[in-house]
Order: sequence, then structure tokens, then C-alpha cells
Amino acid sequence: MSLIHYLVLAGILFVISLAGIFINRRNVLILLMSIELMLLAVNINFIAFSSYLNDIQGQVFVFFILTVAAAEAAIGLAILVVIFRQRRSLEVDKLNELKG
Amino acid sequence: MIEYLISAEFYQILLFYVYSGILIGAALAVVTMRNSIYSALFLILAFFSAAALWLLLEAEFLALTLVLVYVGAVMVLFLFVIMMLDVKIKPKSGISMYTKVGIFVALLMALEMIMLLGKKMAHVLPQDDLVKHVKGYSNVKEVAENLYTQYILPFELASVILLVAIVAAILLTLRKRSDYKYVSPESQVHVKANKNRMRVVKMETEKGNYIGGDE
Repeated sequence: MSLIHYLVLAGILFVISLAGIFINRRNVLILLMSIELMLLAVNINFIAFSSYLNDIQGQVFVFFILTVAAAEAAIGLAILVVIFRQRRSLEVDKLNELKG
Repeated sequence: MIEYLISAEFYQILLFYVYSGILIGAALAVVTMRNSIYSALFLILAFFSAAALWLLLEAEFLALTLVLVYVGAVMVLFLFVIMMLDVKIKPKSGISMYTKVGIFVALLMALEMIMLLGKKMAHVLPQDDLVKHVKGYSNVKEVAENLYTQYILPFELASVILLVAIVAAILLTLRKRSDYKYVSPESQVHVKANKNRMRVVKMETEKGNYIGGDE
């Protein structure tokens, strides 16, 4: 049981959620969930390093990441609700008003 | 052999592989499900398994926080939003270009990361097992001591971020209804005592057209 196990696990998780962002063009909701999964992968890395190096500061940092992620989820969902009210759909491809 | 199979070390490795297997399976299900409700439920499973892994890493406080905050608050919020919005589920239309590109990018990135971990960083990383703590060691106490001394200012800032999130979420989703009988408190306050206020007019009592009563 070593640190490398956790690092590989976090890497796989991050890559899965990255693929999820590409795959789910139909639904912004699942995009938000993929971002949550990415943050989880990052947090696993932080906690694994914190435990194996016996340094508690990594865990304090994860605490702040959790706070910011919760705020991000709340605001993201609020924006999503507003988008849905205006367009009756959550498809990413249709959100092209700005032509960016 | 038998001694190894009943040792605590083997049990930890077994737990790690079980939980990480569930975690990766749940993550795959989150990104491939067509129905968002199933995605959200699998995401809850993923968070639970991650919390179990954090317990294996002896980060008890954060493991419990993950279950409480994420499963208890954020995922419930997700489920509420999914159930309130009437999102139509589109039928599956084959593997799109985006899917191919996504899987390609993901595999490439995984390969890069694993190569980096295997070759370049293998000797830099700490190889030994978890640090054995003395009896009576408390992870919660340790986190709290750091959080409330060295990181007190970021801690306060985190609360401000949460406040901003509350205000922004309410402000974004607030909407004015047109069929709503509403008197502005502002204009009520600005009524002048003798000018705009209703007054009682003295006049003769009307005769006739009397409806009801004893007579």
C-alpha cells in the first residue's frame, strides 16, 4: 500500500471526468457533475500526500477546496436554472448566443 | 500465506481495491448515463467510496465532511434541480465525434500521467507506509489547531465566499411575478401625513336602496 496507488486512482478519476466533459454535450447538469468529480480527484491527491508526508496542511487545503466547490455548485445550478427558464433546454451546443 | 491473508495489511489493501473499484465504476456510470437522476445517484456512490478511501488514509474529519456536505447538501441540491427542471432525455444517437475526441484525449492524458508517475517521480515520492500515530492522536484536533491558528484569515474568507454564493444563487433565481398584488414598502413610507393620506369625508347618510337588516 503506497502513495502511488492513490495517485494512479486520482489520475484515472480525473481522466474519466475529463472524458465526461467531452461526452456530455446534451446536458450541462452532467458537465457540472464531471467538474465535481474532477475536484474529488484533486482532493484525493491532496489527502494522500498529506497522509504520507505526515503534513496536516494538505487536509486544511482540502477543506477550503470543499468550501469553494460547494459555492461553485450552488451558483452553477442557479445559472443553470435561469438558462433552462429562458430556453427550455440544457444542451451545450445551443448556448451559442455570444458566438465566441 | 494464511497469516498474510488475515493480517491487517492485507485487509487494508483489499479495502483499497474494493473502494477504488466502486469509485471508478461509479465515475464511469456518472459520465455515461443518459438520465441525469441516475448520474446524480452514482455521483453520491462515488462520494461515499471516496470518503471510505479518505478514512483509509486516516483523514477522518474530511471523510465525514465529504459525506455531510457533499452527499447531504450539494447532491441534494443537484437532485432538487434535476427533479424541478423538466429535461427531456434524448434517444441515443450513436458515438459522436465529441465522444471519440474525448476518449482519445482522456487516454492520452492517462498515459502521460502514468508515465510521469512510473518513470520520473517514482524515486522522489515517499515509499514507506502511513505514519503510525501515537495512541490518542486526533485528526480532528490536528486540523482544528491548524485551521484556527495559522489559517484563521482564509477560514473567515471561506465564510464570506459561502455568503456570496447564497446571495448570488438567490439573486439569480429570483423572479418578479406579474400576477402578484404587491405594495412597495418604499412608497408606503413616503406618504405625506396631510397630503396623500386618505381622509374621511362627512356627508349625509344615503336613503333608500336598503338591503338586509331587520326592517
